[in-house]
Amino acid sequence: MEWLQQLINGISLGSIYALIALGYTMVYGIIKLINFAHGDVFMVGSFIGFYSITVFGLGFFPALILSMASCALFGVIIERIAYKRLRNATRIAALITAIGVSLLIEYGVIYIRGAQPEAYPNIFSNKSFEFLGAQISIQSVLILSVSVVLMILLQFIVHKTKTGKAMRAVSHDVEAAKLMGINVDNTISATFAIGSALAGAAGVIFGVYYTKIDPLMGVIPGLKAFVAAVLGGIGIIPGAMVGGLVLGVVETIVSALGFSLWRDAAAFIILILILIFRPSGIFGKNTREKV
Amino acid sequence: MKKSKQFWPFIVVAVLVYAVVQFLISAEIINQFYSNTLILIAINIILAVSLHLVIGITGQFSIGHAGFLAVGAYISAIVTMKLHLPFVVAIIIGGIVAALAGLIVGIPSLRLKGDYLAIATLGFAEIIRIVFLNIDAVGGAAGMQVSHLTTWTYAFVCLVITLVVIVNFTNSRHGLAAISVRENEIASDAMGINTTYYKVIAFAIGSFFAGVAGALFSHNFYIIQPSQFGFLKSFDILIFVVLGGLGSLSGAVLSAILLTVVSTYLQGYPETRMIIYSLVLILVMLYRPKGLMGTMEITDYFKLWRTPKGGGQHGK
Repeated sequence: MEWLQQLINGISLGSIYALIALGYTMVYGIIKLINFAHGDVFMVGSFIGFYSITVFGLGFFPALILSMASCALFGVIIERIAYKRLRNATRIAALITAIGVSLLIEYGVIYIRGAQPEAYPNIFSNKSFEFLGAQISIQSVLILSVSVVLMILLQFIVHKTKTGKAMRAVSHDVEAAKLMGINVDNTISATFAIGSALAGAAGVIFGVYYTKIDPLMGVIPGLKAFVAAVLGGIGIIPGAMVGGLVLGVVETIVSALGFSLWRDAAAFIILILILIFRPSGIFGKNTREKV
Repeated sequence: MKKSKQFWPFIVVAVLVYAVVQFLISAEIINQFYSNTLILIAINIILAVSLHLVIGITGQFSIGHAGFLAVGAYISAIVTMKLHLPFVVAIIIGGIVAALAGLIVGIPSLRLKGDYLAIATLGFAEIIRIVFLNIDAVGGAAGMQVSHLTTWTYAFVCLVITLVVIVNFTNSRHGLAAISVRENEIASDAMGINTTYYKVIAFAIGSFFAGVAGALFSHNFYIIQPSQFGFLKSFDILIFVVLGGLGSLSGAVLSAILLTVVSTYLQGYPETRMIIYSLVLILVMLYRPKGLMGTMEITDYFKLWRTPKGGGQHGK
């Protein structure tokens, strides 16, 4: 039953990607910006979780909530300072600014605390139980359930609350949303807050699951989460979840087959294939370009 | 017409610069450290100008330039270290293989636009890096020993050739077509310009010179490792082009010189360097999104001074 084991590992990894990808996809859906700094918000969230567990002695859930709240605030600050004035700038200018913000966060953190990695404390028991012959740790069950709860919560916010309705309206048509009396600036900030909170949660989960964190840890998961968002169809929330899970499972399978050094390449090959053959993603609709 | 008048003065200036620096190096007036910095500046100018052709002239936002640098670096290192051929051959082969890699990457990915193209090029660069990481013949993650062959002469000759080719390309019919793709792809398509062709050509030429720079790069550092060619390297090259002004060759050259000098002095403080780099990127984009020079060239400023009213025909 090794395959079931690998599948579960893949789903655990995939749920982390999915949580990060949700932030990418929401921000892209609403202001058409690839927020490169999103992977670094994930990193910051992981460190906040780490310090709140080790320094303040909080448990997993308080640390998770603290990390999500701080990341939400951090995301809004980034949006207000760097991205807000670029609403009407060219796409390239916005993209370069996002790259700049990403580098600034990474090296700012290195500047403050040094580049050395940190080992996450072991807060869950390493107990595991057998399920159909596969060893499943309590940890991965808990991680998976946290991700699932957060995703359901997100669906609820997007579809049942007023903010969610405003977000959907703005992503559909900014001008029309403005005319309907929606405060576009606040809605965009709310999007950043929710997306960054999810990234913060993913950071804490990542730390607990993989134990090693460092200031540049956000780069690769960030890029892969973006791949996941594109895979599912960028701007589409269920797409990001499915894309993240698919990517996690594919990567785990590639590693399991003995090509672990090629694991990172697998994600990018998927990205290029999807961009060439189906740029709108699994769930996307084809849109015709108008002159 | 107007550029052919500039060609010979440019060559004269180039020969003069070369002669002065070479004299200073052979007379040992400037030491190893400064001559190395000069070589590094030349390599970075080649990189900046080659990316300028892709981003500034053709308007295709590629952030995977370090991939082609890696191809040039590794292929040329194989040519000199394993096949024992002369360095000149290695530079040319490095460039050609990088151009082929550019074609392979460019043909599928240049169908994409804007953000998607950026991510696809980034992905390709990462794939190239991972491929070198997994080939044991070139040392894998530990890297490959390369003998030091790059001299000021090689670096400067390559730099002059790069500048001449790219300036001439920009001012030719092909260059005009490429600029029209940058300005409005749909309109230039409607005017009968084969936009895909020009995008791929510009991409391949840019990759060629990135490969040349890679050959100089690898033979300047004694050792090459895949980790040197990650996306941070791509961003380093990108910032030359962005700071100088998207579409300004002299801007790219100037910012490459400036940033190389700055980063040489900040070598002991890599974090500070990256923080300054990122702040520069953000502030330039927020307050001067066209870069320091916009699409202007240095020579345009001279003309503005001479004929204050006639400035309109050059600038945009």
